[in-house]
Amino acid sequence: MTRITVKVDGSGYTDDVEPRTLLVHYLREQLGKTGTVVGCDTGNCGACTVHLDGQSVKSCSLLAVQADGHEVTTIEGLATDGQLHPMQQAFHENHALQCGFCTPGMIMQAIDLLAGKADPTDDEIRLGLEGNLCRCTGYQNIVKAVRAAAAGGAR
Amino acid sequence: MIPVAFDYYAPTSVDEAVALLREHDDAKVLAGGQSLMPVLRLRLAAPEVIVDLGRIEELNGIREDGDALVIGAMTPHSVVQADPLIAEHASLISLATATIADPQVRHRGTFGGSLAHADPAGDLPAVAVALDAFFVIAGANSRRTVGAADFFEGVFSTAIGEDELLVEIRVPKYTGWGAHYEKFNRVAQQWSIVAVAATVRLDGGTITEARVGLTNMGSTPIRATAVEQALVGQPATAEAVRAAAAHAADGTSPPTDLNGDADYRRHLASVLTRRAVLAAAGTG
Repeated sequence: MTRITVKVDGSGYTDDVEPRTLLVHYLREQLGKTGTVVGCDTGNCGACTVHLDGQSVKSCSLLAVQADGHEVTTIEGLATDGQLHPMQQAFHENHALQCGFCTPGMIMQAIDLLAGKADPTDDEIRLGLEGNLCRCTGYQNIVKAVRAAAAGGAR
Repeated sequence: MIPVAFDYYAPTSVDEAVALLREHDDAKVLAGGQSLMPVLRLRLAAPEVIVDLGRIEELNGIREDGDALVIGAMTPHSVVQADPLIAEHASLISLATATIADPQVRHRGTFGGSLAHADPAGDLPAVAVALDAFFVIAGANSRRTVGAADFFEGVFSTAIGEDELLVEIRVPKYTGWGAHYEKFNRVAQQWSIVAVAATVRLDGGTITEARVGLTNMGSTPIRATAVEQALVGQPATAEAVRAAAAHAADGTSPPTDLNGDADYRRHLASVLTRRAVLAAAGTG
């Protein structure tokens, strides 16, 4: 076991983990943050996307020990005082989800996208979400939601 | 799935990392992990020891050194992609890096990790070959430098020894050259079926120097020297470039797989070379 200290969604944690523990499994099983989901075994689907020190990463492609000393933000850390993050609100208002499985990853990546480019074109949005798969064929409304969030100044 | 258990080390210096590799027979180096982690998860590999380079500061960063750019092996793709020095002196690297996988993978994946992985369908090896890059490899008490032509030895195989570490890549400056990376694949975040890395120097409308590298046209990246020679002295017109690009597959033995057979890849190589060179010359 290896001892790690991380900050997740604003709270500090110190835990012993097996080195082989993936960050996503640490978040879900040790911290109970099941908002972050696992959709594949290959690193393709992006459903497990979280922010590590403010940058989007696939938490299935990272060991928990690699996050030692760093800060993680999950989908569960976005809302403040019961108020949805503007990107969550935009997904809600634009019907940007059907089954909702890809949504946590889509939202985390969409926020990262706007952090790097405040007013992306539709093509830039699609390219920026290249690492996230939706299997309900919902891309059209996801792009619409990101555009709406950008127009509203969401970061 | 969950990886097989391993012992984990996170050294903070190159010397310490090399010592760990010498000490452990079945050790695997973890750079950005974007290829390694899926392999561990699927249990296609089960090393006893993982040596994580993520805490070695000296491996991260980009600097100028006279006529060369020096890129630390652990510099993430997202940093390389946006770096002004690289954009100015080796824009082929910026352009190819922007096509790797997806944004999340580019935040974690590293320049040196991609090259050391030596996947025939990876994007950076052909770029390194085209640009005549040099690889600085650290062993116990010494460092050696290997040219790109000798670095790639086969599928997933390079000149890096078992107890050695790739520490930095030195790239000659191609200031003022035009560049383009033409990647052909069918679906998002997919590997290149074939890709072509091209950079050219122009004088007026004439190509005076050209470098062309091919991705996934063999077990190692290939330098299309016949194309390069045919381009020199030619005008950067569609007709002249098409004639030179016809040599792209000369001497290659491309793989056959579900994406296409060898003949299809040879055809792709010349089509993509024409597009890449014209785009690099700004006449595409």
